Amino acid sequence: MTALTLKNVCKSFGKVEVLKNIDLTVDEGEFVVFVGPSGCGKSTLLRVIAGLEDATSGTVDIGGTVVNNVPPAKRGIAMVFQSYALYPHLTVRGNMSLGLKQEKQPKAEVEKRVAEASRMLSLDEYLERRPSELSGGQRQRVAIGRAIVREPELFLFDEPLSNLDAALRMNTRIEISNLHKTLSASMIYVTHDQTEAMTLADKIVVLRDGRVEQVGSPMELYNNPANQFVASFLGSPSMNFISADTVGGSSADTFGIRPEHIQLVEAGGRLDAKVVHVERLGGDTNVIVRTEAGQDLTIRLFGQHAVAVDTTVHLDFDDMHSFLFNAEGQRIGSAMAA
Amino acid sequence: MNKARRNPANVFAAHGILILYTIIALFPVFVILINSFKTRKAIFREPLSLPDADSFSLIGYQTVFKQGDFFLYFQNSMIVTVVSLFLVLLFGAMAAFALAEYRFKGNTLMGLYLALGIMIPIRIGTVAILELMVSTGLVNTLMALILVYTAQGLPLAVFILSEFMKQVSDDLKNAGRIDGLNEYTIFFRLVLPLVRPAMATVAVFNMIPIWNDLWFPLILAPAEGTKTLTLGSQVFIGQFVTDWNAVLSALSMAILPVMILYIIFSRQLIRGITSGAVK
Ligand SMILES: Nc1ncnc2c1ncn2[C@@H]1O[C@H](COP(=O)(O)OP(=O)(O)OP(=O)(O)O)[C@@H](O)[C@H]1O
Ligand SMILES: [Mg+2]
Repeated sequence: MTALTLKNVCKSFGKVEVLKNIDLTVDEGEFVVFVGPSGCGKSTLLRVIAGLEDATSGTVDIGGTVVNNVPPAKRGIAMVFQSYALYPHLTVRGNMSLGLKQEKQPKAEVEKRVAEASRMLSLDEYLERRPSELSGGQRQRVAIGRAIVREPELFLFDEPLSNLDAALRMNTRIEISNLHKTLSASMIYVTHDQTEAMTLADKIVVLRDGRVEQVGSPMELYNNPANQFVASFLGSPSMNFISADTVGGSSADTFGIRPEHIQLVEAGGRLDAKVVHVERLGGDTNVIVRTEAGQDLTIRLFGQHAVAVDTTVHLDFDDMHSFLFNAEGQRIGSAMAA
Repeated sequence: MNKARRNPANVFAAHGILILYTIIALFPVFVILINSFKTRKAIFREPLSLPDADSFSLIGYQTVFKQGDFFLYFQNSMIVTVVSLFLVLLFGAMAAFALAEYRFKGNTLMGLYLALGIMIPIRIGTVAILELMVSTGLVNTLMALILVYTAQGLPLAVFILSEFMKQVSDDLKNAGRIDGLNEYTIFFRLVLPLVRPAMATVAVFNMIPIWNDLWFPLILAPAEGTKTLTLGSQVFIGQFVTDWNAVLSALSMAILPVMILYIIFSRQLIRGITSGAVK
């Protein structure tokens, strides 16, 4: 069964078209991540699904019913916002139980669900505090708790971790992933961060300018990007692109290769380049080189390497790992064996 | 304030200036207060000296309580001020919420129209207002004053409050919608508490002019039963003789309620439970 089906969803604000013909299905229990550059319409799409904005055209179907005219509270969804959006005048307990009280759930049921959620998120000690007395991470957990108690069919997360620091972000990411396994609910998650996207997703949806560029599992997208945009968006450092003539013609316009697929060789190689900059990260070494044609490439070497700036190096790579794109940025030929 | 940022010289200068200003501002009030407790002769002989055993007298207060229905005036002023403030805040906030929150045709135009009243003094329309009140039979009722003061206060209230309401986080309102709160609950339970400091500002701005107004009570409600305090006090100011004891006593008592209202509102100005709700 499908948890969510979007058919031809469009959304405009006045004359500005923000979403253009979005088609999408989310299966029951699936973890779907929306990624895309800032302003591409991720939040807008989420808000259309939640019912906070009306779609200009197209249908939104949640759990088998078209919900275009159903108010947000009755759509069987819960949403976690980037800014937490906790009710400042209510305690943690009040924040979590408000939605249930609004649904007129019996008191015992409300308490049971709040207790369950606070146990899952280790919020027991804080139940009587107000949001202003909590740390950022705790507030975010309360926001997640407020979503859990409603037992929705579909969770919507809008960049829930972007206000947290790196360590906390990793912990909360793991918590969300565990939550997904325990609750086995469908989740839609918006993020900028490709680590979050790659690690959490069953399915990634790459958006650009209000259009779906590609949908697939993280490895499918990484190994088999449909176009130059998707290829450059996933992977860090991102894929190198040089004009195809530099490496020996064919009909393609642009040649792409990931930084980890280029090797430095003693002699020969397919390209010569000069080292411009070296980044030593301990586990990895990123070498930025400039080819004779003046194009910059990033090379990712594993472990620590003594590479001096301004020396000339020889680069080699396997055609199996390369990607070819035409002038429109569409992928041509599929060289990659997954 | 953080100790590290505290420079003794600065603190001293700042406090010096503030204290000086406070003294200057409070001096007239102080003079009114001390003179209200003195005999008429003492008021004129030594207006700046404190009342002593010789000059102490409650004659002013006695006159005020005996002559005219002082408590009724007081009550009238109180009713008019409190009810007008309540209506200004309620309707002002509602209109501001609609302007700030909903996208509809003519939204900006409506906002401009509502703000127009800030620039046009309501007294220009006095004659028309009086005619209106006469034909609706509202002359000499407190209702007439309440309606006029509500109209007078609304433009600024809508203008200030809508600016503040635009700053209330959308996410918070949306979280409420997802939790099933209706628009009224979102307005009263989520948005109003967050703009409370702005509401208090609007209340303070509106309160003093309404309480002190002489114009509209004189024109719209001069009857004995609907006199406000300011109008009522005028009986002591004659063309040839003025009963200064009574005037000063009446003024001293008129200060009290405004001060109480002000203290209530300024508490709201300071209280900040909103911090930390939305990052
Ligand atoms: N209420 C609105 N009125 C007009 N335009 C809007 C409105 N809300 C969003 N937009 C526009 O829609 C586009 C998409 O916005 P959206 O918030 O969905 O981006 P996003 O992908 O979530 O970006 P980010 O990653 O920065 O959060 C933006 O160009 C934005 O300017
Ligand atoms: Mg967004």
